[in-house]
Amino acid sequence: MSEGTLYDKVWDRHKVTELPTGQDQLFVGLHLVHEVTSPQAFGMLKERDQEVAFPERTHATVDHIVPTGNRDRPYRDEAAESMMAELEENVRGSGIDFSDPDSGDQGIVHVIGPEQGLTQPGMTIVCGDSHTSTHGAFGALAFGIGTSQIRDVLATGCVAMEKQKVRRIEVTGELAEGVTAKDIILTIIGKLGTDGGVGHVYEYAGEAIEKLGMEGRMSICNMSIEGGARAGYVNPDETTYQWLKETDAFADDPEKFERLKPYWESVRTDEDAEYDDVVTIDGSAIEPTVTWGTTPGQTAGITEPIPDPEDLPEEDRDTARRAQKHMRVEPGDTMEGYDIDVAFLGSCTNARLKDLREAAAFVEGREVADDVRAMVVPGSQRVRDAAEAEGLDEIFKEAGFDWREPGCSMCLGMNDDQLVGDEASASSSNRNFVGRQGSKDGRTVLMSPIMVAAAAVTGEVTDVREMEEVATV
Amino acid sequence: MSSPEFSAGEAPAEKVTEVTGTGIPVRGNDIDTDQIIPARFMKVVTFDGLGQFAFFDQRFDDEDNEKDHPFNEEKYRGANVLVVNANFGCGSSREHAPQALMRWGIDAVVGESFAEIFAGNCLALGIPTVTADQEAIEALQDYVEANPDADVDIDVAEETITYDDTVIDATVHDAQRKALVEGVWDTTALMGANAEAVRETARSLPYVPDEHVPEPAAGDGA
Repeated sequence: MSEGTLYDKVWDRHKVTELPTGQDQLFVGLHLVHEVTSPQAFGMLKERDQEVAFPERTHATVDHIVPTGNRDRPYRDEAAESMMAELEENVRGSGIDFSDPDSGDQGIVHVIGPEQGLTQPGMTIVCGDSHTSTHGAFGALAFGIGTSQIRDVLATGCVAMEKQKVRRIEVTGELAEGVTAKDIILTIIGKLGTDGGVGHVYEYAGEAIEKLGMEGRMSICNMSIEGGARAGYVNPDETTYQWLKETDAFADDPEKFERLKPYWESVRTDEDAEYDDVVTIDGSAIEPTVTWGTTPGQTAGITEPIPDPEDLPEEDRDTARRAQKHMRVEPGDTMEGYDIDVAFLGSCTNARLKDLREAAAFVEGREVADDVRAMVVPGSQRVRDAAEAEGLDEIFKEAGFDWREPGCSMCLGMNDDQLVGDEASASSSNRNFVGRQGSKDGRTVLMSPIMVAAAAVTGEVTDVREMEEVATV
Repeated sequence: MSSPEFSAGEAPAEKVTEVTGTGIPVRGNDIDTDQIIPARFMKVVTFDGLGQFAFFDQRFDDEDNEKDHPFNEEKYRGANVLVVNANFGCGSSREHAPQALMRWGIDAVVGESFAEIFAGNCLALGIPTVTADQEAIEALQDYVEANPDADVDIDVAEETITYDDTVIDATVHDAQRKALVEGVWDTTALMGANAEAVRETARSLPYVPDEHVPEPAAGDGA
């Protein structure tokens, strides 16, 4: 059993009692709500004639179904309109703050929490969304829950959970040029597998992690769930505190910041903490990494060959064979040169201002390849506004990208942003499952934002490091 | 207006000690919840009617013609024990996935391993997720395929799966077993009974302002 980790400390501070099932009842410090997984939970609450127990600890937005083009109400898609109307009624009737599109604060739930300062170290955070692990970047204990558990949280302010093991993943060394947080997490999942984290929480540490900004840490924690770990976190440090200082929560209230900082410091993992497992990864050896298959664990460095299923562990062979058939890739080839039809820069993994800045810096002065449909979907209205203030939208549009309104968009294809037929996409999102981007024959290659930008320009999966060399010649 | 709390006795969950019925195998590792129910079927505000969309894209082609899939096969109609392989239910946290399976008719899932959120969602619906080793699961899938009308019996309390003259030594996660066997899987009711302790925990957290902690409701006996 772990001892003295942030996970242990935050758990203990939020434990209400042990339930007859042997699970612990944990108080939830922040409950984030969106339109897809919550309506049934509000419905169950009404059936039981119950009210939201902690409305001030709850915050809602709309992201999954919201159109990223014309957003006039009623939405053209009747199903989307009815979900939006249901959410509005549920949250307004319960006194829950709602970052709706008219507020200027709307966005993907895992982008708006951190940018508004709702997400803070030492909190327990839940949402009916598996990528809630994102908020762990701030040293919070954050995890996705199902709709029945949303009902639990709405009704009682608590979740029932069992404590899990803690695996420290230490990423040593310095990242090479052209390598980003996304490449780290794709490498981790590739090494530990899509179910390697089941039963575990991941603590990300080491020089390569500590040097990342908050955006990079969020990208990494975001995809913990793709490695089977329901939660992942980074211990809070000066980088975390600098971000928090500038958010709504603390910008005008430095006293509150100083009052809470000792708590944040107190939940940091102790020097002599004990872990259930420790894994070390050489960060300096990571190269730009992409997926070749249909799970986020089927990854390869851009210069590495796609594996022969026969060389994989027996239990992975069948999945690999099916994935290679779907993706139309051959063992021994690299992913470099894989033709793409769509470039998607967006999602809760990679649609923050820094992601857009990096991609725009690459795109500036270049053009999207003729046969590529390229789009940028900012993570939130605030990200959009900040990007526009810097002129990033003009850079993208000039290069031939479509500049859209914030939402989950083509990460999961619940609105009009979808792959068509067997289109292949270079995507900064988190899942390459068959059908994930809206077409069951669609093919998704996951990669970092700058790799998406490079693929958009060349029309194929490209080693961004080589492009940059060309650019400086 | 009702109190946000109610006692544990008010919404008792039924005990799930045993599930018996015919089986249906769905083979493959890493079957994610996008496969179990594609996102486009989640544009709904209730779970009603989701059963028909279970594994939809594996069952139908673009012209809605049936493809080869156990959920399309006549011989498995009425089956209630789903037999799967490793890391079943990975990916999205959507409860729509077990809801669709339940509404199709599934009462228990047996497999090599399950993604955590999926298993938790199943428990919230009273559906056991029972694990056994690869060899035993594959043998069970073969058996069910050859004997679609034969009963498979899952004893949640004893952690066994019985078919023909075979008894598999299975595992039901401790908390899940206790919750199902004792009928305490309605966690809203369980936790609602501890309202005063919840308020105390909330007040002890430096980041929770006092005004965010609700006053005890009238009739709250805690």
